[in-house]
Amino acid sequence: MTTTTAQRQSVVPNARLTGVGILRSEWTKTRSLRSTVWSFIAAVVLLVGVSALISFATADNWKTMDPGERAGFDATSTSIAGGFLAQLAIGVLGVLLISGEYSTGMIRSTMSAVPRRLPALWGKVVVFTVVTFITMLVSTLLAFAIGQQLLKSTGASVGFGDPQVMRALVGAALYLTVVGLLGMGLGALLRHSAGAISTLVGILLVLPIINAFLPADLQRTIRKFLPGEAGQQVLMVVPNPDALSPWAGFGVFVGYAALVMVVAAFLLKRRDV
Amino acid sequence: MIEVDGLVKRYGAKTAVNNLSFTVKPGIVTGFLGPNGSGKSTTMRLILGLDAPSSGTAMVNGRRYADHRAPLAEVGALLEARSVHTGRSAYNHLLALAQTHGIPSSRVTQVLELVGLQEVARKRAGKFSLGMGQRLGIAAALLGDPATVMLDEPVNGLDPEGILWVRHLLRSLAAEGRTVFVSSHLMSEMALTADHLIVIGRGELIADTSVQDFIDGASRNLVRVRSPRMAELAQLLATTGGVVTTVEGGVDVAGLSAAQIGDAAAANGIAVHELTPLQASLEEAFMDMTRDSVEFHAVDADAPTAGVTS
Repeated sequence: MTTTTAQRQSVVPNARLTGVGILRSEWTKTRSLRSTVWSFIAAVVLLVGVSALISFATADNWKTMDPGERAGFDATSTSIAGGFLAQLAIGVLGVLLISGEYSTGMIRSTMSAVPRRLPALWGKVVVFTVVTFITMLVSTLLAFAIGQQLLKSTGASVGFGDPQVMRALVGAALYLTVVGLLGMGLGALLRHSAGAISTLVGILLVLPIINAFLPADLQRTIRKFLPGEAGQQVLMVVPNPDALSPWAGFGVFVGYAALVMVVAAFLLKRRDV
Repeated sequence: MIEVDGLVKRYGAKTAVNNLSFTVKPGIVTGFLGPNGSGKSTTMRLILGLDAPSSGTAMVNGRRYADHRAPLAEVGALLEARSVHTGRSAYNHLLALAQTHGIPSSRVTQVLELVGLQEVARKRAGKFSLGMGQRLGIAAALLGDPATVMLDEPVNGLDPEGILWVRHLLRSLAAEGRTVFVSSHLMSEMALTADHLIVIGRGELIADTSVQDFIDGASRNLVRVRSPRMAELAQLLATTGGVVTTVEGGVDVAGLSAAQIGDAAAANGIAVHELTPLQASLEEAFMDMTRDSVEFHAVDADAPTAGVTS
């Protein structure tokens, strides 16, 4: 039965589908799209640039701030405040890396090459996690260094060696990475760019607004478990008594992202592409 | 080798593929023929596991496609033209697919040359014409030097030179001992390329036959006859076992060969002015075969309407 095909000498006799091969492939896909490269550049510029602007403006306003405000001032999170905008660039990128495959039809090529499907998803997750974490960590450290210089005149600036600072800086890069993974999970789940981006923005920015309309005590309980609120505790140095602790909050946020990703993976295995 | 057994695919209430069974053998080109919407593309997606069958199995070279260690070396497939990210260059598209299987980049360059895209390899696939897109899809299908090649409407959008190139390519792939399975909605194209035909309509198997048998069976065996003594001859042929239909300027006779008609006329001293065996074209034969299973009919303006008498 296979005699005819066995006689033919393959020109690629060592071809095997492997995990390493899938990682290489996903790296090629990531670096070979202009939109991906520009999204990373946008995230870096927003994080470093906007943070510097906010630090500059804060130093400028320092004299007008009352003692209460000064006491609650968090020099670390202020110097990396551009992360608030960078998270949108990274989140949208996470969505597009998957939903872009659906909208262009590329997903059929991907799933033909990796017919068990899940290894392709995990390959994307690993490559995106590594690339995002490294770029966001470097950007965060840079933003912090610039920001602390600008905040020096306030006398409230901090250094890398101060308590909790490194945790907050690494935490910021981790938070941004998980925002991207949440976007990626939503992209895989909804398979539609606009829908997934709207959902992501809704989760991060609209849920807190809706929550603000609830009765005060209920509002305070729910607030600490909102994805963005919980996740952002890990980049704060000055503790907030109403919020979860940094790592507990981050754990809750990772839990939400993981839940979305697991449901997406389950459906990816079952749905027709 | 592709073995499809009792394959069924339902999308909600609609059955796209219904109890389909056939085998595609290596070493020949097998045409997969059917009108638009007859389930050809769905069947191919089921073979690749992109869609899950409602029931039945599709095996490639003895296993399910997903169970192979090097899927791209087993089946190379061209599905719809739109299976490429529009923002990525042809080279990077192929490289990303090759890397999953550890296929070297030299093979990417090789297939790009084979399909004639080396000049535009660094251009974004979104800028490609339909024909260039088809060539890129064929390059992707050949990347793993697969034992089975499965192409969905490969000549779509190609110019005459490209169509000729695909024909030669399919023939040479089959001559190398590969299984070649190629879909089309054009019988004439398949008659030129394929050795064997699998014909489906409305997701069901209509014919599984060699192209030669299909052509032989397709001739309707009508003979056009004209004679100055037409009425007399028609009478005679009807009594000798022919089925006679009057047409403009003569009659069409079914059930008798041209030789039998000529002999009968000669024996009765009737002059014959025309004696033409009529062969239905392949396209007509294909349309006859699939008439009942065509999804969308054009409305024939001259068709008699029920209830209207003239």
